[in-house]
Amino acid sequence: MQMPEPDRSVQDRAPEIVRGLRSILAGEAVIAGEAELRAYECDGLTAYKALPMAVVLPSTTEEVARVLRFCKSQGVKVVPRGAGTSLSGGTLPLVDGIVLGLGKFNSVLEIDFENRCAVVQPGVTNLAISQAVDHAGFYYAPDPSSQIACSIGGNVAENAGGVHCLKYGVTTNNLLGVELVTMEGEVLRIGGKGLDAEGYDLLGIVTGSEGLLGVITEVTVRILRKPETARAVLIGFPSNEQAGDCVAKVIGAGIIPGGMEMMDKPAIRATEDFVHAGYPLDVEALLIVELDGPKAEVDHLIETVATIAAACGAVYTRASENEDERLTFWAGRKAAFPAIGRISPDYFCMDGTIPRHRLPEVLTRMAELSAKYGLRVANVFHAGDGNLHPLILYDANAPGELEKAEEFGADILRLCVEVGGVLTGEHGVGVEKRDLMPAMFSEEDLKQQQRVKCAFDPEGLLNPGKVFPVLHRCAELGRMHIHRGQMPFPDLPRF
Amino acid sequence: MAEGRPNEEAERVLAAIRQAVVQEAPLEVVGAGTKRGLGRPVDSADRLDLSGLTGIDLYEPEELVLRAGAGTPLAEIEAAAAENRQHLAFEPPDFGPLYGGEAGRQTIGGVIACNLAGPRRIQAGAARDHFLGVEAVSGRGEAFKAGGRVVKNVTGYDLCKLLAGSHGTLAAMTRITVKILPAPGKIRTVMVLGLDDEAAGAAMRAAMGSPYEVSGAAHLPAAIAAENPVDMVRDADGAATLVRVEGPGPSVEARAASLHALLSEHGRTEELHSSRSGALWRHLRDAAPFAAETGRPLWRVSVPPTAGAALAARIAASGPVRHCFDWAGGLVWLELPDESDRARATLVRAAAADAGGHALLLRGSVELRAELPVFQPPSPGRAALTARIKDAFDPRGILNPGRMYPEG
Repeated sequence: MQMPEPDRSVQDRAPEIVRGLRSILAGEAVIAGEAELRAYECDGLTAYKALPMAVVLPSTTEEVARVLRFCKSQGVKVVPRGAGTSLSGGTLPLVDGIVLGLGKFNSVLEIDFENRCAVVQPGVTNLAISQAVDHAGFYYAPDPSSQIACSIGGNVAENAGGVHCLKYGVTTNNLLGVELVTMEGEVLRIGGKGLDAEGYDLLGIVTGSEGLLGVITEVTVRILRKPETARAVLIGFPSNEQAGDCVAKVIGAGIIPGGMEMMDKPAIRATEDFVHAGYPLDVEALLIVELDGPKAEVDHLIETVATIAAACGAVYTRASENEDERLTFWAGRKAAFPAIGRISPDYFCMDGTIPRHRLPEVLTRMAELSAKYGLRVANVFHAGDGNLHPLILYDANAPGELEKAEEFGADILRLCVEVGGVLTGEHGVGVEKRDLMPAMFSEEDLKQQQRVKCAFDPEGLLNPGKVFPVLHRCAELGRMHIHRGQMPFPDLPRF
Repeated sequence: MAEGRPNEEAERVLAAIRQAVVQEAPLEVVGAGTKRGLGRPVDSADRLDLSGLTGIDLYEPEELVLRAGAGTPLAEIEAAAAENRQHLAFEPPDFGPLYGGEAGRQTIGGVIACNLAGPRRIQAGAARDHFLGVEAVSGRGEAFKAGGRVVKNVTGYDLCKLLAGSHGTLAAMTRITVKILPAPGKIRTVMVLGLDDEAAGAAMRAAMGSPYEVSGAAHLPAAIAAENPVDMVRDADGAATLVRVEGPGPSVEARAASLHALLSEHGRTEELHSSRSGALWRHLRDAAPFAAETGRPLWRVSVPPTAGAALAARIAASGPVRHCFDWAGGLVWLELPDESDRARATLVRAAAADAGGHALLLRGSVELRAELPVFQPPSPGRAALTARIKDAFDPRGILNPGRMYPEG
């Protein structure tokens, strides 16, 4: 993975830069010793590592602003980091930069049930928000699998999803406001407790910007009243096609389940061996469909889903009869990644989204690729919204396997784009999919995105090397070429 | 739905913008032109008409996506969706009559560009939440796309969010992909009678804090309720607080019954079934209580729900006002009797800011909209960033110059 050429003039000044940071932050909030820096060398995408010049752990917005102003004045790159659970390398450090950790921003600031929102600091974990409002029967809807560890600030940066997002939306649909510090050290408050944006939707563009536009220091999220009841049903099929068909028919019947997950046979076996959720082992594909809402509705819809499943050729159907059973059904799916970790030394988790009706074709071609590369693959799938998570099993210690796994993953993502899908549904581009961006976007598409980056951070100091495969200077991006009353390339086909 | 036609139109849009760039001749971007009265008057002699970009070129009900030319009439999209018992869940309002125009003419592009949403905003989000992908031409004269045609996507910056609500000041959208969702089978409205604004706010918030999946919460003070086209609301003989539930039949009945029990602690309740509910919420969606007197200034104020009633009271204390609430109190409609009293306009702005929200002058004369800020004036930091974003898409000020802010 090629990162931007380190700036030697900055690296050479590392001791001076650390001294400068120490003049802003108290001693232990600036980490510069190699042993301690190791803890920050990578995130959830462990294949890529780098040691930053320093890690800073500010505790106030003012400190964040001062650190950013200092870094800007010194030309030092900054990689913001929440809990470091990114699966796309969003917080991979830069050797000529610092990591700005938000771990000390860990307080729930305000819970406002009347306005159905919570104001929290960015280092608060996703699950902690739900826990903080649970006593009153509320929760925060987006629930990425890493919710026990991932921070809400990281969720905003990545526009995180989760198994319930088909019905309840992803992060961007559940945010009301943020406090953002720009690279210039300016503190902006965007949004609040009301619903609509004033002016341009800055909240919308910042969400999912992968730490390239600003550092988030406060987050206001919408909280929802928990559904009265939730029931899940396990449905087994003899083929992936039939399972996919069932998903389409459920949605076609006007039902948007709270969650609708699919696993293929390797994923079923790995998770069942790990957590013993009671999954059937003699099926090719397993669906977990969860209905939530008023009891009358849930019971009614469970019946409807079971009827549709039977018509699609289901050979196994089991509905949860109590809360423990429902949670057991989910325990397997939620442990899918560690379960794969048990059967393979290493694995890559891919994250493409496809139009759902292309699933059988994509799975077939994925099996062909698996044979070609000689690497196993297991699939878990947010079936409702077409978000695939192929898990590529490899051994980083076996010479050449990492590279093969990377190529296999890239082929899968190119396949997703080819069938009308996208490179990433919820994990972000980061460094992992950065170089695949041209498979989906033209140069002009990418330049327009980068011009937005320039509006926030004209010198490109915030998290460079992520998202965009080619870094352009902002001055170059902003230039318009008009020569003798003509713009260049008037006849390029663009549509 | 002829293949290729939208593409030719899109090429025409690209050529027109490139020509405008070269000639430094700004363009007013319009679809059907039903909301030309929304925003500051645009400083431009030429119009860029997008109404030829018509046709639904992709609709896959089971994938929950629909793609159409930006100039496609919303009515055409809604009709196609209805055939599959689906809809645009953000409940796009039709403001045509608010500006003295006809209903039913607006385009999908216009709805998205203004980021409009109806009463279901509190449950389902705004247009921006359902806007999946776009093809557009920037003010630089460059065609670009963003987003995709799948419902879940975080690849690259979410430029759709910036374009939604940018009122045509960043790019001319040529093709739009939206999420389209199952339409509810049944609707019921639980109506609480005779509450004042503060009490109504409390009742609506209680409903929103319940697990009964409320999809609309509005309050009509007595004067507004008395003019309602729905008999049961009109005959309520006082204020009407309205709480909507939607979904499959058995579920709606159960939830309406639960809401009756919950809301009867706040006042006397009645229940409206599907057909009356449908008419009622369409009326509220379109801000129809304010469509009769199109010469009066109309403000749309977005605040935290708890702040709505006090804000309305503050404006009422300064003189006559017709007002009502949507979004559980978080959306306040204020119609002032005339626009000569600029001090009251200033008061609306200040009250919105004090309440932690912002005010949009949704309707006013050309003179008023040229003189007063139409959008809440941004803080200096935000203003600078807004200008740089405008610059990133439209450095020469070609598209809708002055529509949102005097400087761009």
